[in-house]
Amino acid sequence: MHISEGVLSGPVLAGGWALSAVGVGLGLKRLDYDRLMTVAILSAAFFVGSLIHVPIGPVSAHLILNGLLGAILGPAAFPAIAVALLLQAVLFQYGGLVVLGANVFDMAGPAVACAFAFGPLMRRAGKARAVGAFCCGFFAVLLAALLTACALALSGEGFMATAKAIVVAHVPIMLVEGAVTAMAVGFLAKVRPELLAQTPTR
Amino acid sequence: MIDELLARGVSPIHALDARCRLAACLLLSLPAALAQGLAAPLGILGLGLLLTLLSRPPLGVVLRRTAAINVFVAFLWLFVPAATPGAPVWTFHGLTVSREGLDLALLTTVKANAVFFCVLSLLATIPAPALGRAMTALGVPAKFSFLFVFTYRYLHVIAEEYGRLVVAARLRGFAPASNGRTYRTYAALLAMVLVRAYDRSQRVYQAMLLRGFHGRFPSLDRFRASWPDRVFLCLMALAAALAAYGDWISRSGHA
Repeated sequence: MHISEGVLSGPVLAGGWALSAVGVGLGLKRLDYDRLMTVAILSAAFFVGSLIHVPIGPVSAHLILNGLLGAILGPAAFPAIAVALLLQAVLFQYGGLVVLGANVFDMAGPAVACAFAFGPLMRRAGKARAVGAFCCGFFAVLLAALLTACALALSGEGFMATAKAIVVAHVPIMLVEGAVTAMAVGFLAKVRPELLAQTPTR
Repeated sequence: MIDELLARGVSPIHALDARCRLAACLLLSLPAALAQGLAAPLGILGLGLLLTLLSRPPLGVVLRRTAAINVFVAFLWLFVPAATPGAPVWTFHGLTVSREGLDLALLTTVKANAVFFCVLSLLATIPAPALGRAMTALGVPAKFSFLFVFTYRYLHVIAEEYGRLVVAARLRGFAPASNGRTYRTYAALLAMVLVRAYDRSQRVYQAMLLRGFHGRFPSLDRFRASWPDRVFLCLMALAAALAAYGDWISRSGHA
């Protein structure tokens, strides 16, 4: 879900940068050097994970995984997503530097928000955890799609139809993403529970 | 899959100081992305193409990436011309394509490509470790640059690990389809990659501590801005200012 360069208007671009700078700043502030390496390597794992193409009906889409990233990293998901998107700009030229702020906030804002909202549910056992993790994955993509659509719609009336198409196209991805997040969190809770213990509101 | 195909070349652009390239990329991107008229982004597109030629990239890579960028742009062409209200140019089954819509789609296309070629020639030609240090030199927090450099460093390692897991799954007869089993398998694969990444990060950090890491990397490779770097940066700043001024003139001229 990248907005390409040249689409958004000046105020939206500036707002994206401001919000992202605050988010990255807060995320980094709570992150000490002991955990920096973990965040870096997990960020790399998510970069790789988001290249996974999953069949959905007749087409395939790649996973976004911002909900799962939020569930594991908490507020540190903000700098992690910023780094991953910057790498995509450098390695593949998906989106430039000016639109980076808006793209980072569109993805990372929902990741951190969902981690805070569903974190308590995910730390419980059994069904509650599965439901919490599904919601975390589902809503992180839903909110990201809505924010992307808002950024487009705020930039010009002409982008309204595109914005709507983006939200509709992401509905199946939300469902798959929710299911994958739920199963991955279940797996991690069994195999490496300390990975999930780092979520916020401890 | 993930490779810095453009960062290893030898060209006048690669010889420039990494900080100057990063700053120039930002300076040129801003007026191109914020312009309201067609002239400024067209000028920067021309300059970006020239810089791309100077950086002597492999042609296949440039063509493939240009195509990838323009897929999103093509997606906009599907919606924007018909969705923007304005003077009708062409009506087709109740859909009205407006003059304003066509202008907006064209402007977006030029802007997206202008910034793309600037990033391709100036940013993609910097190796990631140098880019990390250049970011710190230009005021980005050191922790962020650290994250950036190490994320890049482990991208290939993790990608290889994921590749191994996929091969193992295929050997056991895994064929992706739209069903619960597929999603469960992918979730397990993904979670396993995360577990291994986490374990690796603990080992790497312990190894770094043992070698005396305390939050900074001493580097033997110093940045040195010589006069060609300064001249280049000044020229790019001038071009960016010209583009911004030209766009401002055309805007106030219309009003």
